[in-house]
Amino acid sequence: MPKPLRIVMWMGIALLGALAVATIALRRGEQINAMWLVVAAFCSFALGYRFYSKFISAKVLALDVQRATPAERLENGRDFVPTNKWVVFGHHFAAIAGPGPLVGPVLAAQFGYLPGTLWVLAGAVFGGCVQDFVILLFSIRRDGKSMTEMAREEIGRVGGFVAYVAVISIIIILLGATALIVVNALKSSPWGAFTIAMTIPIALIMGLYLRRLRPGKVLETSVLGFALVMLAIWGGQWASQTPSVAGVFTLTAPTLAILIIVYGFAASALPVWLLLAPRDYLSTFVKLGTIALLALGIVALRPTLHMPALTRFVDGTGPVFAGSIFPFTFITIACGAISGFHSLIASGTTPKLIRRESEARMVGYGAMLAEATVAIMATIAACVLQPGTYFAINSPAGVVGQAPEVAAATITGWGFPVTAPEMHSLAQAVGEQTLYNRTGGAPAFAVGMAHIFSNSLGGQAVMALWYHFAIMFEALFILTILDAGTRVGRFMVQDALGHVWKPMGRTSWYPSILATSALVCGAWGFFLWQGVKDPVGGINSLWPLFGISNQLLATVALCVATTIIIKMGKVRYVPVTLLPLGWLVSVTFTAAWQKIFNSNPRIGFLAHARNLASSTSTHEASRLILNDRLDAIVTGFLLVMVVLILLESVVECARVLSGRKQAGVKETPFVASRFATEEQG
Amino acid sequence: MTRLREAVNVVLATLREIFDESAYRRFLERKQMGSSREAYAEFLQEHELLRARRPRCC
Repeated sequence: MPKPLRIVMWMGIALLGALAVATIALRRGEQINAMWLVVAAFCSFALGYRFYSKFISAKVLALDVQRATPAERLENGRDFVPTNKWVVFGHHFAAIAGPGPLVGPVLAAQFGYLPGTLWVLAGAVFGGCVQDFVILLFSIRRDGKSMTEMAREEIGRVGGFVAYVAVISIIIILLGATALIVVNALKSSPWGAFTIAMTIPIALIMGLYLRRLRPGKVLETSVLGFALVMLAIWGGQWASQTPSVAGVFTLTAPTLAILIIVYGFAASALPVWLLLAPRDYLSTFVKLGTIALLALGIVALRPTLHMPALTRFVDGTGPVFAGSIFPFTFITIACGAISGFHSLIASGTTPKLIRRESEARMVGYGAMLAEATVAIMATIAACVLQPGTYFAINSPAGVVGQAPEVAAATITGWGFPVTAPEMHSLAQAVGEQTLYNRTGGAPAFAVGMAHIFSNSLGGQAVMALWYHFAIMFEALFILTILDAGTRVGRFMVQDALGHVWKPMGRTSWYPSILATSALVCGAWGFFLWQGVKDPVGGINSLWPLFGISNQLLATVALCVATTIIIKMGKVRYVPVTLLPLGWLVSVTFTAAWQKIFNSNPRIGFLAHARNLASSTSTHEASRLILNDRLDAIVTGFLLVMVVLILLESVVECARVLSGRKQAGVKETPFVASRFATEEQG
Repeated sequence: MTRLREAVNVVLATLREIFDESAYRRFLERKQMGSSREAYAEFLQEHELLRARRPRCC
C-alpha cells in the first residue's frame, strides 16, 4: 500500500476510534449500541499494536531477527520447537484465555459499562500487552527461563522468593474464588449440576479412547467429547424435569463445595492422561469455539446496551462487591486488562516455541489484545441485560433480601426496575428454578450470552439450551483450572518441600503426591468454604482478594521488566514499564489497604470482624470473624512481599544508575539465527 | 484460493499444536516409531510431567 494511503487509513482509524470512545464516554441518559464498544476496541487495539508495540519492539527491546531464539538453539523436538508464529499465537492465546476476562467485566458492570470498558482499552494497550510482550522477550533471551528465575537472577534472592510466594498465593486464591463461581452457578440447578457431573465420565471416556482405541487422535477425540457434552446438556433438561433424578442433582452450596474439593484432590492425584489432559482438550475446544461464536453473535445481532454508562454504585455502595471505582474496577478486571498470571505463561511454554525474536511482538502483545477483546465481549453480554435483571442475579441475599418480592422491591428502589414475575419467567425461560442471588458473574454472563445467541440463532425456544451451554462452558473452564492449578501448586510445594526432605520432592512418590495434593486442596478449599458460608455471597471478599493477588503478581513481573530495562542501559525508555508499574502499585496498595482497614464493614475485613463481634456471639459469628482476620492477614502478607521486591528492585536499580554496580543483564550470548540467513538467501 | 488453503492449513496446524497432536508426531519422528498404543503410552509418560507443570491462566 502506498505510504500516503497508509497515513490516511491510520488517521481514519484514529478518528473513528476517537468518535467511538467519545460516544461511549459522553452519551448520558440514552442507550447505545454495543457496536460502539466493538469499534472503540478494534481501533484502540489496532493503533496500539501498529504504533506502540512497534515502538517497544524497535526502541526498548531492539528485537533482533539475526539472533537465534532458544527454540532454534536448543531444539529438541519436545519443549524447544521452532514453530510457525500463528500457531504459537493460537497456543499462547489458548493458554492465557480463561474465565477471568469473562467474569471480571461482568462483576465490574455494576459501575456501568464505561469504567470497565475504558480500563480494558487503556489497561491492555499500555499495561497488559506490554507486560506479556516484555516478559516473553526477556524469557526468550534467557533460554526460556521462568519469571521466578528471572526475578532471582536480575533483582536478587528476595525477588526470587517473593515471586515464588506470589505465584503459589495467587494459584490458591484463584482456585478458591473460581470454585466459588462454579458453586454459585450450580447450586439448586439440577440441569447445570447434571451436565457438569457428566463431563467427568466424558473426560474419562476420552482419556481411555485416546489411549486404547485411537492413540494420538486428540482433535477427533475432542470432537467426540464435544458431541457427548452437547448430549449431556440435552440430558440435563430431562434430568431437571424428572423428579427422582432432579432430587439427586439439586445440590446445596456446601455439598457442591465438598464435591468440588474432593474432585480437585482426585484430579490432582490421578494420572494426567486419564482426567486432566482430556478435560483440558475438551475445555480448549469448547472455549475457542464459543468465543468465536460469541463474537459472531454480537456482530450479527448488534445488541443495545441497557446498562447506563455509570450507575449510582460508583460511590462504592454496590451490591455485587463493595468499593468505589478507584481502586476496585482495576482489581476486579484483571485478565482482560493486565494479569500477572500471564507472565507465568509468557515465561513458560511460549518462549520455547518462538522461531524468531521479531515474532514475540505478535504473540506477546497480540494475544493479549485478543484476550482484551474477549473482556469487551463479556462487558457487552452483561450490559445487554436490563440493569434490574443484572442486579437481581448478581446481588447476594444478605444485601437485597431472600424473598423474590423483597429483592425485586429493593433493586427497584435503587432505580433499576424489576419485578418478581419478570424474574420468575426469565428463570423459567432458561430452565432454572430461580436466578436470584447467583453471585459470581457466571450466571449473569450466561443469561446475557443466551440472550445474544437466542436472538441470532434458534429464538426464545432454545434460550434454556444456550443458557446451560454457557454455564457448562464456564464451569468446564473453571474445573480445568482447578485440575491444572492444583497440580501446578502441588509440584511447587513438592519442589519446596524437597529442599527440606528429599523424598517429598519426588513427583512420582505417592505419599508425597497425596500429602501435597491434600495441602493444596485444603488451602483453596478453605477459601471456597469461607465463600460458601459467607452470608453476603463470598464474592465480595474473594474476588477482590484474587484481583489484588493477581495484580501484585503483575507488579512483580513489571518490577523484573523495569529492572532489566535499566540494566540494559535504556533508562530513557523505562516509563514503558515504570508507568504501568506505578499505576498497579497505587491500585493494589490502595485496594489492599482498604480491604484490611476501611471502616465500612462491607469493604474492610477488620471492620467486618469488629461489627460481627459487637453484634453477635454465636459459633457462626466466631468463624466469620476468624475468616475476616485471616483474609486481612493474607492481604497484608502479600502486600509486605511486594514491598520487599519493590525495595530490592529499587536498590538494585539505584546501584546500577549511580555506577556502584556495572550495568549488565544475564542474557544468553548472541548466536546468529539460521532462519534469518535462510530468509536473506 | 491458495491464500484460503494456507489459512486453513495454519488453523489446522494451530489446532494440532494446541491439542498435542504435533507433539506426538514429533515424538514418533524422534523415536522413529509408528503410532500404536505402546508408542502413545510412552509419549504420554514423557509428556505428562511437561503438561502437568503447565499453568492454565485465569
